[in-house]
Amino acid sequence: MANSFPWLTVLVFLPLAGAATLCLVKDSTARWIALAVTLADFAAALPLWWLFDQQSSQMQFTEHIAWITAPPIHYSLGVDGISLPLVLMTAALMPLCVLASWTSVTTRVNGFMATLLVMETAMLGVFVALDFVLFYVFWEAMLIPMYLLIGVWGGPNRLYAAIKFFLYTLAGSVLLLVAILVLYFYGGRTFDILALSQVTYSASLQTWLFLAFFAAFAVKVPMFPFHTWLPDAHVEAPTAGSVILASVLLKMGTYGFLRFSLPMLPDASRAMTPLMVGLSIVAIIYGAYMALAQTDLKKLIAYSSVSHMGFVTLGLFVLNQQGIEGAVMQMVNHGITTGALFLCVGIIYERTHSRLIADNVGLAKPMPQYATLLVIFALSSLGLPGTNSFVGEFLVLVGTFLWSKTATALASLGIILAAAYMLWMVQRVAFGVPSPLQLPKLTDLNRRELATLAPLVLLVFWIGLYPNPFVSRMHASVTKTLDSMARTKVAPATHPSAAVPVTVLATSSDNEAAEGQKP
Amino acid sequence: MTSFGSDLLAILPELIVVTAACLVLVLDPVTPASKKELLAWISLGALALCIGLTGGQIGMLNMRVFAFNDLVVVDAYARFWKLLLYVVTGLTILMSLPYLKVERLQLGEYYGFTLLALSGMLVMVSGADLLTIYLGTELMSLSLYVMAGLKRSPRSLEASAKYFVLGAFSSGLLLYGISLLYGATGGTKLASIAGAIGTRGFEDPLLLIATILLTVGFGFKLAVVPFHMWTPDVYQGAPTSVTAFMAVASKAASFAAFLRVFVEGLGGLKADWSPLFLALCLVTLILGNVVAIVQTNIKRMLAYSSIAHAGYALIGLVAAGRGMGESGATSGLASVMLYLVVYAFMTLGAFAVIGMFRKGGIEGEEIEDFSGLAKRQPLAALLMLVFMVSLAGIPPTAGFIGKFYVFMAAVEAGLSWLAVAALIFAAVSAYYYMRVVMVMYMREPEATVVDIPQLVPSPALSIVLACAIAGVIIFGLFPNPLVSLALQSVLSLK
Repeated sequence: MANSFPWLTVLVFLPLAGAATLCLVKDSTARWIALAVTLADFAAALPLWWLFDQQSSQMQFTEHIAWITAPPIHYSLGVDGISLPLVLMTAALMPLCVLASWTSVTTRVNGFMATLLVMETAMLGVFVALDFVLFYVFWEAMLIPMYLLIGVWGGPNRLYAAIKFFLYTLAGSVLLLVAILVLYFYGGRTFDILALSQVTYSASLQTWLFLAFFAAFAVKVPMFPFHTWLPDAHVEAPTAGSVILASVLLKMGTYGFLRFSLPMLPDASRAMTPLMVGLSIVAIIYGAYMALAQTDLKKLIAYSSVSHMGFVTLGLFVLNQQGIEGAVMQMVNHGITTGALFLCVGIIYERTHSRLIADNVGLAKPMPQYATLLVIFALSSLGLPGTNSFVGEFLVLVGTFLWSKTATALASLGIILAAAYMLWMVQRVAFGVPSPLQLPKLTDLNRRELATLAPLVLLVFWIGLYPNPFVSRMHASVTKTLDSMARTKVAPATHPSAAVPVTVLATSSDNEAAEGQKP
Repeated sequence: MTSFGSDLLAILPELIVVTAACLVLVLDPVTPASKKELLAWISLGALALCIGLTGGQIGMLNMRVFAFNDLVVVDAYARFWKLLLYVVTGLTILMSLPYLKVERLQLGEYYGFTLLALSGMLVMVSGADLLTIYLGTELMSLSLYVMAGLKRSPRSLEASAKYFVLGAFSSGLLLYGISLLYGATGGTKLASIAGAIGTRGFEDPLLLIATILLTVGFGFKLAVVPFHMWTPDVYQGAPTSVTAFMAVASKAASFAAFLRVFVEGLGGLKADWSPLFLALCLVTLILGNVVAIVQTNIKRMLAYSSIAHAGYALIGLVAAGRGMGESGATSGLASVMLYLVVYAFMTLGAFAVIGMFRKGGIEGEEIEDFSGLAKRQPLAALLMLVFMVSLAGIPPTAGFIGKFYVFMAAVEAGLSWLAVAALIFAAVSAYYYMRVVMVMYMREPEATVVDIPQLVPSPALSIVLACAIAGVIIFGLFPNPLVSLALQSVLSLK
């Protein structure tokens, strides 16, 4: 049985080991080693997809080792139906990031690749950590490599963007640490995420904790009005940095809401729903409007991210099965589609050295393959039926409809606007008439670039046409999250000195052990 | 009561250090300038002996030896600090070897004074009587005044004079506080003071004044706002290795004595001193972190950062004061000990890099001098990156573990708001630490500069950096042994 093998440890720390070896090699070999390591890591992640038990809502592939004894902090890992798609998406995107940086990064290549790999370890760690302190360690450890990615290998205004990104996210997450500590004392002196999710906290405590979580997660998502770091960071980051930022980093915020805010603080989540839905809708419409006005391709996609992530938070906070499943789908979809769009921008930037729409007009003639793929990803981004985003956005809207019809109507505006800015962008970039002055010799995609984009095209259509394997894997876990939200609302009088013995951890891990015995 | 022989045995490490100091000072005039390093090796040998002696007993947590009519106590708490002080002093001496050579400060008395300062610190952490602690403080301070001026440049002399004047003033206040406390309680032994105070609080105004004077006296040594004025000038002017020694060892020893005095002696007044320290802690955090932002000299920046770090450590004491007698006190005090160990390694590491950083023969101590260091010397830049990240308290470095336990103690004591405030200032501090990283990694070195600033490597420096980085990484990833040692050592503090 797979449980005996530490899948997740291997998955998380393989890139770190790769990063260590990269310090010793030259730039030319660094690329190949980084590609090999990320591919190996993806290969290590793939079996999880089949070994994962779809019927179970429990954490699977768990590992549980004592790390620090006082207070009890564990090295404890596991995945469920919510984290599994995100883990796979992260592992799948990293080789593409390496490929995308193959020629565009020319300075300090081994440092760049090592930073990417350190990033991968931290990101995977965030999704699989089951101990709150361990989660926080991975969550914060990500800041430094991302800061370096933007600041060292970024664009002209990179210093400003890097420090803005760093301070924004750091300031958001300091409150998270205090919230974690408060939860420890009120939740029975444990950092175990599953055990903490089963404790009921008093209403006022829940509100405070919710706000602290909100500060950390909303900055990361980013929710309106905490989004201002995002366009700067995206524009200045190198292509791989933008892809990681858009595809994985933003998901950590929504993952945090889903993993912590909803199950641990159900009453506060319910109470905050109107506010969260309101902010989401503002983000959807505002992001889309801002995207309409952009002249820089990366900024356009960055603002479209704000809009799309609004759908994710909207789906989460309508608090029903369809909404949350749609939100998880949309997390993956946004990772694929937006990642692909950033890769496309990176490819054209390597040729024309400009990200401005005005400088990249009429590419369909010289670069037909590129234009085809760009159109596919753009259509996916605007949620055309048959592509991946349609599935997620549709589910989110169905969920929202059950909650409020007005909200659904407003959110749908975002899809219309998405069609507007995406199609307008495609119209100019792919089919516009270039000014005769600037017709540089553009070569179509080479094999490396095709290899970078082709897997994403496959995913776009696979999820778009047959999303069932994805939905079925997350179904049980989403149901469990909703069930745990529906539990008793009466809070026992717990305070720091009353050490509530928590037996939940033992029983839940017993259950998992029992589950593991089954073939 | 024990015999004289066993008294001496109890303070054997101190005796070894003082003997080595005397030996170094005697040998100094007869050692040729080219062989001054011999003196350093003698000092290191003595330290190794002490590490063996104290380290061998570190497991005996319940062994508590009083000596010289209860003037001195050697308990697990004292041994914890002593071990830290040996290691820190050893690393400082190793760092000084190449530093003194490049700075052409081949002075034998440097090592002698280092050891004398160390012996003062050892007395401080073992003092069970206010007068013993005072003597230790003076021995440490007097040695440090001299060491600060060893460079004999105007700045260095200014540092020494400033340090002396303000330090002497603070010592006077400390002594005055001790004498008032003697008047109020009839004793200078911590145990008898604790007995006389009982739990009567500040009914006696003498006790209030004495507590304030003691706080001011120790506040100077700890560099806590508003008694921090000397710190930036002294840290900037003193030779870098001395700065490191002051920032780490003298702060650790002062904290050790400070905790012992206020917990063992004035524990009955905790309800009264806890709010006082809370106020000090807040202003220290605010001022230290905010003023550090505008510094352009890296030694000054680290001076303010060390002020801020004293603020973080104080949080643990405030928390302990809130919950003394319960588990809260233990975790609060242990978090202070933990914090200072972690702080010692990352600060020493940072100063080691700065001390060896040369720009055309002179010390490159402006932050701008670090421009593009990552290109020229990737390894040095990487080390500095880790030290800065750790100082900012970002996981998975030791700095995070230190902050984690301090904040945990604060939350346990019901001071969540203090933890929030302190963490916000931790985020502020990240700005100036990251600026060093930014300069190293994201600025191009100036092409016009003839004297390219760079790090002068040497074997001794490599050892120091290896130890510092190992401390920062290992305590960050596997803090468990250190945490349990601190938690158990602090139990002997009653």
